[in-house]
Amino acid sequence: MVPMSWYLALGAVLFTIGAVSVIVKRDILSMLLAIELMLNSVNLTLVTFSSYFRELSGQILVFFVMVVAAAEAGVGLAIVVLLFRNRQTVDVDQASMLKL
Amino acid sequence: MNIMLLIQAKPDWQVLAQDAARLLMPEMLVILFACFVLVLEFMLTPEQRRWAAYLSLAGLGAAGLSLALMFVKFTTAEVGFYEMVVVDGFALVFKVIFLLAAIFTIALSIKFLDVENEQRGEYYSLILFATAGMMFMASGADLLSIFISFELMALTTYILVAYLKRDRRSNEAAMKYFLLGIFSSGIFLYGMSLIYGLTAETNLTKIADTLARLARQQAPQATGFVAMAGMIFIAAAMFFKIAAVPFHMWCPDAYEGAPTSVTAFMSVGPKAAAFAIFARIFIDGLPGLRGDLTGESFGWVGLLAIVSALTMTWGNIAALTQNSAKRLMAYSSISHAGYLLLGLIAGNETGYIGLVIYLFVYVFMNLGAWGVIVAQRRASILGERVDDFNGLIHRSPGMAVMMTIFLLSLTGIPPTAGFVGKYFLFAGLIETGNAWLIALCVLAVINTAISLYYYARFIKAMFMSDVKEEEPLALSTSLRATLVTATVMVLLVGVYPRPFIAFTENATRHLLGL
Repeated sequence: MVPMSWYLALGAVLFTIGAVSVIVKRDILSMLLAIELMLNSVNLTLVTFSSYFRELSGQILVFFVMVVAAAEAGVGLAIVVLLFRNRQTVDVDQASMLKL
Repeated sequence: MNIMLLIQAKPDWQVLAQDAARLLMPEMLVILFACFVLVLEFMLTPEQRRWAAYLSLAGLGAAGLSLALMFVKFTTAEVGFYEMVVVDGFALVFKVIFLLAAIFTIALSIKFLDVENEQRGEYYSLILFATAGMMFMASGADLLSIFISFELMALTTYILVAYLKRDRRSNEAAMKYFLLGIFSSGIFLYGMSLIYGLTAETNLTKIADTLARLARQQAPQATGFVAMAGMIFIAAAMFFKIAAVPFHMWCPDAYEGAPTSVTAFMSVGPKAAAFAIFARIFIDGLPGLRGDLTGESFGWVGLLAIVSALTMTWGNIAALTQNSAKRLMAYSSISHAGYLLLGLIAGNETGYIGLVIYLFVYVFMNLGAWGVIVAQRRASILGERVDDFNGLIHRSPGMAVMMTIFLLSLTGIPPTAGFVGKYFLFAGLIETGNAWLIALCVLAVINTAISLYYYARFIKAMFMSDVKEEEPLALSTSLRATLVTATVMVLLVGVYPRPFIAFTENATRHLLGL
């Protein structure tokens, strides 16, 4: 059997990849994908702990996270469509009307 | 554990229905009206569209009445829905704050949406859904219920920011707010999964018990490390939500690009809700990780102190050079998040009273100030620059005076409500007697002085600059009523704070574990 620490390490690595990609990537669709990766790494961690403790609430939490991720994707893609319709690009650097 | 019960036992719908009627009446009313407003939208002709707003106000009023009944009925905390939801003084006081914020926002929005030519029922429906989410947040006793209700609030707010579909600034603000918002949700979830991995619990009080037990058992050092990492992840996500430095980047952009009425809502409602779960998670769930400032143990109080100092200072310094009124108020709201953190850092009764009463009066003073900015929006004028306030005293003297009162209150000058809030926040720090915290208090006072400078820019523009146009502003009745109520409340809390302090003590009793 694969030890628990491997799953946890995989979760941590996926989370880091997701977080770094959000910061580094410059187009919205890739950023959305990276955020999905972060949420899925959380799911992996939760399921690992849940099966280790033989306790269900972690797995139920995963279902809720998945539902929320789906809702977020819906809203996020709607915003991307709006943005694309108004300016024909999905590059975040082009979205600079509001300057720092 | 609780969820196991839920699955194994026969679902007792009667118990759940009773719980719902007993604990969640205000939330259910808000959600019911939100759905109804959404459907009603399709039955109205364009001239009747305002009825959606009046109906939402009626719904919020009904929720307010049922909340008043709960104030009478509940003397102790009650838990329901398999320990997912708790109704105590803390939750009730915050629900009052959210309802007030929603009512004021809707009153501000009616004419604004007419000017923008976007008068639609879904706007009001979304505000009601966000309010329901915030009310559930204040009642959340479990990381799961807190997360779900938080997402209900956040998702509706993203849509509200993007509400002006044809306005590119609104799209852009929504994109930035959305991306950073779900990014921080991901961070929150990871912190949550670490805490769950340590304790096998998602209920806040049980987490606190388990962590305390682990600490007593001299658990291996890795345990402490994981708990600390989980705490830092959750704290980082919370800093995002309240727009604390260094996680504040989204705030000025989102506030500037969003429709002004939505900005007014965001700066009060979701911010207060984020502070509610911040206090709930850290004081109920992670009290063992509090640490102290003597240097012996690092914990969240040290982290919060550093972030608070940075937030106040950076928010105020960045506000100095802004020309856009909306951006200026955004940085001002960042610095206010810094002041509010002081209440959690002090961790005594005075500090907690300061936190809650400041959030309470912030509804009036901040929504009042935003209401004046909303009123500047006319057919062809955006009215978002500080210059647009030039000579307001000649055009609308009443509004100029009210804006001055709001700004003085935001600075914290007596006899306004802001002074009462700041007094308790600062006094809480001094009561602790810790040299570092007293230094932090001095920094906060210096920051208050800095903030007077940029608030005074509005006052100078309104009273001393030349008039650009003579025409007085045409105010809707609801906007005028909102501004007058806010002014009266700001002065009333400032002059006679005692009943309001007694009101907030309902909430602080819980935080102190009494």
